[in-house]
Amino acid sequence: MNFPYYSVWFNENQHSGGHGRKLTNMPRSPRLHLPPTPARPGESPDFSYLQLSPAGAVPRPDVNVRARDIGYLSLELVRVLDDAHDAVGPWHPHLDAAELQVGLRHMLLTRIYDDRMQRNQRSGKITFYMRSLGEEAVSVAQCMALRPGDMLFPSYRNQGLHIARGLPLVDMMCQLLSNTRDMCKGRQLPVMYHSAAQRLFSISGNLATQFPQAVGWAMAAAIKGEDDLAAAWIGEGSSAEADFHHALLFAAVYQAPVILNLVNNQWAISTFQGYAGGEQRSFAARGPGYGIAGVRVDGNDFLAVHAVTQWAAERARIGAGPTLIELVTYRAAAHSTSDDPSRYRAKDDYAHWPLGDPIERLKAHLIKHAGWTEERHRSLVEELDAQVTASWKEAVTHGTLADGPRLDPDLMFEDVFKVMPPNLERQRAAMHAERSDARWRK
Amino acid sequence: MAQMNMTQALNSAMDVMLGRDPAVVLMGEDIGYFGGVFRVTDGLQRKYGAHRVLDTPIAEGGIVAAAIGMAVNGLRPVAEIQFADYIYPGFDQITSELARLRYRSAGDFYAPVTIRTPCGGGIRGGQTHSQSPEAVFTHVCGLKVLMPSNPYDAKGLLIAAIEDDDPVIFFEPKRLYNGPFDGDPAKPASPWSTHPKGEVPEGHYRVPLGKAEIVRPGRDLTIVSYGTMVHVAAAAASAAGLDAEIVDVRSLVPLDADTICESVRKTGRCVIAHEATRFSGFGAELLSVIQEECFWDLQAPIQRVTGWDTPYPHAFEWEYFPSPARFATAFRTVMEPA
Repeated sequence: MNFPYYSVWFNENQHSGGHGRKLTNMPRSPRLHLPPTPARPGESPDFSYLQLSPAGAVPRPDVNVRARDIGYLSLELVRVLDDAHDAVGPWHPHLDAAELQVGLRHMLLTRIYDDRMQRNQRSGKITFYMRSLGEEAVSVAQCMALRPGDMLFPSYRNQGLHIARGLPLVDMMCQLLSNTRDMCKGRQLPVMYHSAAQRLFSISGNLATQFPQAVGWAMAAAIKGEDDLAAAWIGEGSSAEADFHHALLFAAVYQAPVILNLVNNQWAISTFQGYAGGEQRSFAARGPGYGIAGVRVDGNDFLAVHAVTQWAAERARIGAGPTLIELVTYRAAAHSTSDDPSRYRAKDDYAHWPLGDPIERLKAHLIKHAGWTEERHRSLVEELDAQVTASWKEAVTHGTLADGPRLDPDLMFEDVFKVMPPNLERQRAAMHAERSDARWRK
Repeated sequence: MAQMNMTQALNSAMDVMLGRDPAVVLMGEDIGYFGGVFRVTDGLQRKYGAHRVLDTPIAEGGIVAAAIGMAVNGLRPVAEIQFADYIYPGFDQITSELARLRYRSAGDFYAPVTIRTPCGGGIRGGQTHSQSPEAVFTHVCGLKVLMPSNPYDAKGLLIAAIEDDDPVIFFEPKRLYNGPFDGDPAKPASPWSTHPKGEVPEGHYRVPLGKAEIVRPGRDLTIVSYGTMVHVAAAAASAAGLDAEIVDVRSLVPLDADTICESVRKTGRCVIAHEATRFSGFGAELLSVIQEECFWDLQAPIQRVTGWDTPYPHAFEWEYFPSPARFATAFRTVMEPA
């Protein structure tokens, strides 16, 4: 079965084998489908592809409903806040004003923190940063709908989880600085926080890997007969990885008490969500495909996100099974400080995003219904701003990469194993010798 | 001839091959419209169309698997894995499938896939953007493994890799994309335009697989290296006042043992250097080959200069990176009189 290979150019390695049809000309009419990207630079923003449901329109089923009976939840869009800033429909979570103000505070703090750390990266104080601008409701509302004992497996754009769980800003900043108080002891890129005490799992830096691990954590909770659940976050882009599918499969097979959150912020660096498989059907619809509940929710609607998360949590806790939640939102900022979105998407995209801004929407609702005022809002912003300033001032006293106290490089050799093996002890000694070799010092 | 940095040279290699061979397609995350996070495929989608320069889902296992299928059906895919640190989801497809398809089908099927991937540290990438996993792949039978150290070799080797009928894992030391690097992060970066290997022909040429290059002849000792460490080794030897013969391996599989051993027989002393971790690193293979072939010519034990056996730490990047000081220690041992 030997066919001459297509190539006529390279006669010295004569090709044979394979089964493909010989290709000697440039293909003229390729038939391969390529998912369209709505608006590249220079084009007008276009969100007509987005399937929206009116606020209040989607029914809220019982938490113990069978997954097969609620396919519609994965195709519609659960929304509570309407354009008049009222909370409407069956998903209205009826949170009291104090709780909503806490939510607003956490979202604002996340945004102010992000903004300041971005500027610290630009001025060279930290090496790298990733903002969650426009996605604050996802982390904050979801965290608030869960219990402190629930285990969270954040992605790299979920700093709102850490803030809402009460991880001190100074601790977070020290991680960004890789300084003497860095919880990762200098080993991780900025934003890869963790807190064992607050049940915030270590962020890997590789994509999607933690999604199925959360399912395993939940399986263990079920094996031990505990009622804590696990929640994990993944981007729509990363959901292309096999890990995502492992997570759904294991969650379905063992009906694990887990909430699998897919944050559809439309962009994976330069690549539009159509390339992750969002063109033909919603991401949430993959849930029912595996036999688990799938819910699509307005990710910029604090109330809807809270309500859907609470529904999924109750469902998991009574043993009714896992839920895949697709949070529809928009990555308003660059992917990271190494990225420049003006190269690949329409410049004013976010201004036209049909689901608005999560902070502005909750603020308007609070002003209308919960005694919030522009003045109180301003003073809250000032207070949080001062908190970030004071935290940064404290954080840098523990060192920066450029000056101040520095982590002991010996730490590099620790925690590779529980007990340091002899080869690493030798290498540590060799490093000492290198460092004391004055000829090579700066 | 033109002045090119490594990014431009790699881009030029793919440009040449897309233009010459209708079967060549590129695929990878962010490589199409955007031109790649390191800009290596910049402009190629515009020039050759979105069906030949494909943006893909974020799924390295899927990228490699689809590339195999496309190759079996007559195409010649060049797949980019955005960082070598992200190659592992594709590991099963690479090691169990790509590497062995020819063998298990007795040559009736094969997949001429080239996998390009940026590797190495020195860019403050931390543990997930700095790894050098070449030894993971040199240990797999059926894969060719390359790592150029300069723009001229990068282009010639990439063209040769694409034309090769066997699968090739092509590592690009990302610290070298914009200029050679001698291991001193405090020095201002120097561009490739200051280096003779930044002179690159614009058209088609090959640097053959399986040929090492003596980048600097010398009498005192042989330094066998590849990638970023070729430049660090040269600077370290010169700082130590040694007349070192520097061998750039370039092609790890197939390995040019002849060139390496001939040099070691001549000098009688050898230091092996790579950025990757030491234990079971590719240096161990080089050391074995040299020991087997050159034992009676050696004046001193062969030394290795490598990264430590730890993940690549963000805060201690320069304590981790094989520095000129680490070379100096190796030089002292290897230069002791016999």
